[in-house]
Amino acid sequence: MRYSGLRVIAEALTGHKGWKPVWRDPAPQPDYDIVIVGGGGHGLATAYYLAKEFGQKRIAVLEKGWLGSGNVGRNTTIIRSNYLLDGNEPFYEFSLRLWEGLEQDFNYNAMVSQRGIINLIHTDAQRDAFTRRGNAMILNGADAELLDQAQVRAMYPFLNFDNARFPIKGALMQRRGGTVRHDAVAWGYARGADSRGVDLIQNCEVTGMRIAGGRILGLETTRGFIGARKVGVAVAGSSSRVMAHAGLRLPIESHALQAFVSEGLKPFIDGVMTFGAGHFYVSQSDKGGLVFGGDIDGYNSYAARGNLPVIEDVAEGGMALMPAIGRARLLRIWGGIMDMSMDGSPIIDRTPVEGLYFNGGWCYGGFKATPASGWCFAHLLARDEPHPTARAYRFDRFLRGLMIDEKGQGAQPNLH
Amino acid sequence: MRIPCPHCGTRDRREFYYYGADDYLRRPAADAAPAAWDAYLHLRDNPAGRLRDLWYHEPCGSWIAVDRDTVSHDIHGAVAVADLGGGRT
Repeated sequence: MRYSGLRVIAEALTGHKGWKPVWRDPAPQPDYDIVIVGGGGHGLATAYYLAKEFGQKRIAVLEKGWLGSGNVGRNTTIIRSNYLLDGNEPFYEFSLRLWEGLEQDFNYNAMVSQRGIINLIHTDAQRDAFTRRGNAMILNGADAELLDQAQVRAMYPFLNFDNARFPIKGALMQRRGGTVRHDAVAWGYARGADSRGVDLIQNCEVTGMRIAGGRILGLETTRGFIGARKVGVAVAGSSSRVMAHAGLRLPIESHALQAFVSEGLKPFIDGVMTFGAGHFYVSQSDKGGLVFGGDIDGYNSYAARGNLPVIEDVAEGGMALMPAIGRARLLRIWGGIMDMSMDGSPIIDRTPVEGLYFNGGWCYGGFKATPASGWCFAHLLARDEPHPTARAYRFDRFLRGLMIDEKGQGAQPNLH
Repeated sequence: MRIPCPHCGTRDRREFYYYGADDYLRRPAADAAPAAWDAYLHLRDNPAGRLRDLWYHEPCGSWIAVDRDTVSHDIHGAVAVADLGGGRT
């Protein structure tokens, strides 16, 4: 069923009786050409592009819970391509271009809203660093603008511009950045994949991998053995647990990241904003809630809940930036588990097991990457060679000293 | 979360810096193969459950190996790295 304005009007006049379930709920077949493990944003996008762009057939997505039950529905919904390094920026710009055409492409309203993102500048050194970053973005075909204080003041007059320690001196702006309705991304990709014959199998947890002679034969699951010619794992947050079934250790630690939503307020933050003197970022949802976050909790965790010191730190960052929010009450706080890689950048690569491919290590930046991650992983699975924008995301970059370390922190995942 | 420092007793998590899993206690020989150094620096078991990891207690300046559950955040014990013998070189 194709969605359109006409269709909505027709359904409104006939009591909305014509809407059908958006995807099937199939039982697993004995075997597939390609099985994707993980029915989140990245896994569903991979299946969608495999079927639509790479002409693959007999594809299944295995999800241990329900579709989109992981981090695709637990993030702060921001899209942007404001990276510095050559290994990252072309990939994230490719992703932003896919976001720009996504709703027409998969015929689903994902509420892609390019409301702009600004990274605030507080020191002269930071202005130099952001100027360099903006130039790197422009060289890679993205958009970037340097704003002075007056321009930022015109957009957000209530910010704490004259803070004695962290005065706001300007901002790096990417107008094409913004937010997207995150659940709708999972649903849109799921619907698009299902309509092209992909089996989306829910409540199906992978409990083992059948490997013989260095080659993957299929997966042991809670719904029986499922044979596969190729397996792609896209389960960020649980990557180490799933890949341990193949005897692999990863350059990844799992960490908890918290996110926050305030009570609904009248519109006063049009775009996305990041504080440059601490880790705090914020946007305002269409319902009026301030959606914000900061650092990861800082130690290995699989508990999808956070700890109090980070809540305090995030609140302090928010208050330093915009004291006006001091009386807003928090509605919700939650935690999600991130794949924190050793250099803060992701991995899309083959593994030592023939036919087994890996996509993970997204740290806390996976949502914005969803379309390009799916496209590039599909490219790798279908053609056995990396997509041009994802060539740097290799496992062996750590051994070879080719880290993609945006923050220059070294192999210390809790600092990325 | 509160962490038991062997020297100072149970203290707030904010007094500690986190380093990572105790793989750092098993440093390869200087002439070990690059793969051994790669594993030491980068590859982790990253278990969902019991993990021994390293914390630095800033007030007393000691490194501590904490036996911790990464799912429940329960702490099952902690020892000073200096008491483990060998320690960090």
